[in-house]
Amino acid sequence: MSSHCRNSLAAMAALALLAGCDRENSDARGKPFGETIPSTSPDTVFPGGQKQVPLDPRLAAYGRNAFAIAQGQQLFGAMNCVGCHSHGGGGMGPALMDAEWRYGGRIDQIAQSISEGRPNGMPAWRGKLTDQQIWQLAAYVQSLSGQAPKDAVGSRAEELSNTPPQTQTKREPVLPSDSAQQ
Amino acid sequence: MMRRGLCAGVVSAPCLAGCTGIQTTLGGAGADDTSFIRLFATFLVVCLIMYVLVVGGLAAALANRKVLTVESGAHHESSPWLRSALIGWTVLVAIGLTGLTVASFFVDRSAAARAKHPQFHVKVIANQWWWDVIYMTPDVSQIVHTANELHLPVGVEAEVQLQSNDVIHSFWVPNLAGKQDLIPGRTTDIQLLPTKVGLYRGQCAEFCGIQHANMALVVTVESKVDFLRWLAQQRRPAFAPATPLELAGYRYVTSRECSSCHNIAGTPASGQIGPDLTHLASRRTIAAGTMPMSPGNLYGWVADPQSQKPGNKMPTIGLASNDLHAVVAYLERLK
Repeated sequence: MSSHCRNSLAAMAALALLAGCDRENSDARGKPFGETIPSTSPDTVFPGGQKQVPLDPRLAAYGRNAFAIAQGQQLFGAMNCVGCHSHGGGGMGPALMDAEWRYGGRIDQIAQSISEGRPNGMPAWRGKLTDQQIWQLAAYVQSLSGQAPKDAVGSRAEELSNTPPQTQTKREPVLPSDSAQQ
Repeated sequence: MMRRGLCAGVVSAPCLAGCTGIQTTLGGAGADDTSFIRLFATFLVVCLIMYVLVVGGLAAALANRKVLTVESGAHHESSPWLRSALIGWTVLVAIGLTGLTVASFFVDRSAAARAKHPQFHVKVIANQWWWDVIYMTPDVSQIVHTANELHLPVGVEAEVQLQSNDVIHSFWVPNLAGKQDLIPGRTTDIQLLPTKVGLYRGQCAEFCGIQHANMALVVTVESKVDFLRWLAQQRRPAFAPATPLELAGYRYVTSRECSSCHNIAGTPASGQIGPDLTHLASRRTIAAGTMPMSPGNLYGWVADPQSQKPGNKMPTIGLASNDLHAVVAYLERLK
């Protein structure tokens, strides 16, 4: 094989590596219409028996999506979640960066908590934010406890922060009661 | 060769037509802009003269060149004429550079001296991708909050305080003055002294994200009387809905998604994230100069902002058609 041929092959192989740089698309528009109609999926936490609920297909789309998590981070500040939950450490509201989830720690469960509200102070955001925004927020909230892949979270916070960047957040264990079985 | 140059000149000449109108650095509608245009012209003339001299000298040297061979070994004797020409040239360069430095220094100082006595303050806060405009007054109840529109009285020095909420932007109204960056966590400022009544276009001049190009600012320079009238009108709270349709729109806007981000003075809508909508319908454009204000464009914008300005922070809500009619009717009322 001539050196010329070898060089071109090497160049082509290097070019093929570029395909690895592909990131997810930033879907600014979401599903266009009718998203604010309350979703039919009921609350996923039930007393007593373990009921099988098919998993929402959006879980995969939002959980690993850098754009969604970043948008959620912006909304977290803009919608004043910080007022009660601080930057994940909690205050008047529960902490969001630990392993404890009262109403489930999957993105759809968090989205449900945001959308419908929870007792003792969590307001319902349905009708105040679009479904897409609620899911983006939920994706960010879930990433606070280190659940999201490190290449999807932001390496620096938008605001002044005394916590290490999210890329260094320890991944909290997912308790059995929060698992996908619910 | 000559013909090709002529051709290029003819082809590029129409580009100069772009240098007139609402967004041009050669507009000279501001005090700073006028003095800088003069400075620019001085630089241009001086540099042009020097350039002609250099090219002329080069041409003369080429025309009178002598072929020296190594064998001849003759040391080239410089003529006394050449020596004095070189000394003259050095002196000319020194004088030219000193002159330009001094001129630039004085223009800069005169602008700075003028900037010491601003007669009113405007705060402009850049966001992705729109401008928040706040007319500061000592009495906070008199503060005027608007967006994407800057009104200035002619002949009055204004200090514009610049801040950014997210990334670095740059405030640039070329007809009035130069650029000034807006940096998150800092306050910068720029002084504007408009000298001509007119309508100008400002543009973000620092790449700030996907909709950087659609981040424009409409600048209206008007007489002091018109300016005060506009300010008084902007100070009023929003008009109350007058028809049943407007009332339905009012109810939607003040209780649903819109009010999470937008403020309308005098109503329960008090979001602080998006542009203030109190006098939305009195503005010239929608979405920071993306499109002119008209009922049709307003419909398009409210129905699906993500197809009008993809990536902007206003989500497509997917309003039902009766809600859309009501919301647009109410927004049209917000003169």
